[in-house]
Amino acid sequence: MSAAVTTISGSVPARHRVAARRKIASGVVLTLLMLGTFVAVALLVTILGYVMFRGLPALNIDFFTQRPLPVGEVGGGVAPALIGTLILAAVSGAIAIPIGIAAAIFVVEYQSGRFAAPVRFAAELIAGLPSIVIGVFVWAFLVRGVVGHYAAIAGGVALAVIMIPIVARTVEEVLRLVPHSLREAALALGAPKWKVILAIVLPTARAGVITASVLALARSAGETAPLLLTALGNDFFSTDLLRPIGALPLQIYRYAISPYDDWHTKAWGASLVLVIVIGAIGLALRVVARQRVR
Amino acid sequence: MTRAFDRVFAAGVAALALLVPFTLVAITLLIVIDSWPALTTFGLSYFTTTEWDPVKLVFGAAAYVYGTLVTTIIAVLLAAPVAIGAAIYLTEFAPRLIRAPIAFTIELLAYIPSIVYGLWAIFVMVPVMRSTIEPGLQATLGQVPLIGHLFSGTPVGFDLLSGGVVLAIMILPILMAVSREVLLAVPPTQREAMIGLGATRWEAVSRAVLPYARPGIIGGAVLGVGRAFGETMAVTMVVGNSSREISGSLFVPGYTMASAIANQFVEADSELYFSAIVEIALVLLLVAVVVNGVARVLIRRSIADRPAGVVI
Repeated sequence: MSAAVTTISGSVPARHRVAARRKIASGVVLTLLMLGTFVAVALLVTILGYVMFRGLPALNIDFFTQRPLPVGEVGGGVAPALIGTLILAAVSGAIAIPIGIAAAIFVVEYQSGRFAAPVRFAAELIAGLPSIVIGVFVWAFLVRGVVGHYAAIAGGVALAVIMIPIVARTVEEVLRLVPHSLREAALALGAPKWKVILAIVLPTARAGVITASVLALARSAGETAPLLLTALGNDFFSTDLLRPIGALPLQIYRYAISPYDDWHTKAWGASLVLVIVIGAIGLALRVVARQRVR
Repeated sequence: MTRAFDRVFAAGVAALALLVPFTLVAITLLIVIDSWPALTTFGLSYFTTTEWDPVKLVFGAAAYVYGTLVTTIIAVLLAAPVAIGAAIYLTEFAPRLIRAPIAFTIELLAYIPSIVYGLWAIFVMVPVMRSTIEPGLQATLGQVPLIGHLFSGTPVGFDLLSGGVVLAIMILPILMAVSREVLLAVPPTQREAMIGLGATRWEAVSRAVLPYARPGIIGGAVLGVGRAFGETMAVTMVVGNSSREISGSLFVPGYTMASAIANQFVEADSELYFSAIVEIALVLLLVAVVVNGVARVLIRRSIADRPAGVVI
């Protein structure tokens, strides 16, 4: 404001000088802003570039089919960790997706209830918790309390706790997009509420519900800290939910902090696999989401 | 029959949904119970002393708190200008065609798992910090009085500064996404009025758009602080995990609260040691609740509802 006023009251040459200064200031700031944007994009390109460049040499048939070899032997793979990650995803998905969807239905469809707000609030708070805190909780609850030792099921539950708020909040948003007229039409035809929800609301929101579930799975696939305290890791093939199990992030961690070059290469390879899977899912979801909006 | 099933269905949904608040209560309760021995034994000295000795059973977490605060501050100081700058550029200045693709590219950073940042940091970032950036800082800012002490010591690469830098990269996408969402929510009339008065585009942005969006942008920064506070793996991998002293230099290997849990949890062999570690988790939990609450209030003031698809 003050700049505009002084410009008008100044003499003609002074006015030109002020205008030039303002233009230069604008240009300088614009350059800085572009620089910031460039830095952010460059970081992403560098990190992904390194993962690709260092990870590709590690990928071969053995990498996907063999188990890790003892220190000193070159070769082997990370197959137990791959299987472990899939099993953990299945367990956590089986727990978190129904609970998350139920929480969303509860909040949106039964919002007159006294407990809708607390459910939503609790989901928001859990979403903000550091994942290591959730690891400590599941350790105290399952590893120490119920199972008695480190176990795959504990890892699955830890990931589920992380996933539930993601599923609940994303599905909630999708359910809110379902037009009220659909619910009212069904109710007017005499359908009971459960039928309205299961036969009208959920099928209408199906794409969004699937998106939410896959997104949550992708997010939890990269989690490491809670698994350190629950699933622990395992170099052997194991499908037993009551025993420790491997996972890609755990394998990357162990290999990354080891002193062996071969293990470092495998850590990059495992990172590449993880990033490709998560990235592919994320990208696919973006495309689906965009089509849905149009 | 179907009417009667309505009750059953509602009860089933409610039972599953109420597991969510139940889980939150269970998390809080278990962590409070398990940290109780440490809470009652050490009281406030837990936060004021740095001696952490599993043999003598004396536990003071001040060094961990310090490490977390220092790395978080570095992270926000580095990430905020870049992220907010990028958000401003992408909402106000960039050619329309590239706005969404570039924003999407930066948001992809959020999809990279923490462990991959850690791996990258160990093998790519730390060597550069050790050989170039840290000696460079020492030669320049290290000579300045008052702040020079921050850059004293031998540049090792695995230290508080590296921990802060990797955190900065990790919180960049959330900061940018929230800032962008908030800026997009500023009514176009704010800009149009300024430009109509003869302002340059930057003047319009700095005087009419940014003040309008300020609470939301600060909210995004607070959310970033929350992320940085509890982030575990990437920091653990580069922060050094050795020194438990508060030296004032950024070039010393340090410890953060989260990395202390990750490193020592499995080793805890006595009840008090274990309890002292769980008390760290309790602190993280309380901070997370407060920080996220504050951030949400601030962001909601700028946007009617929470930014879709951003705060996950």
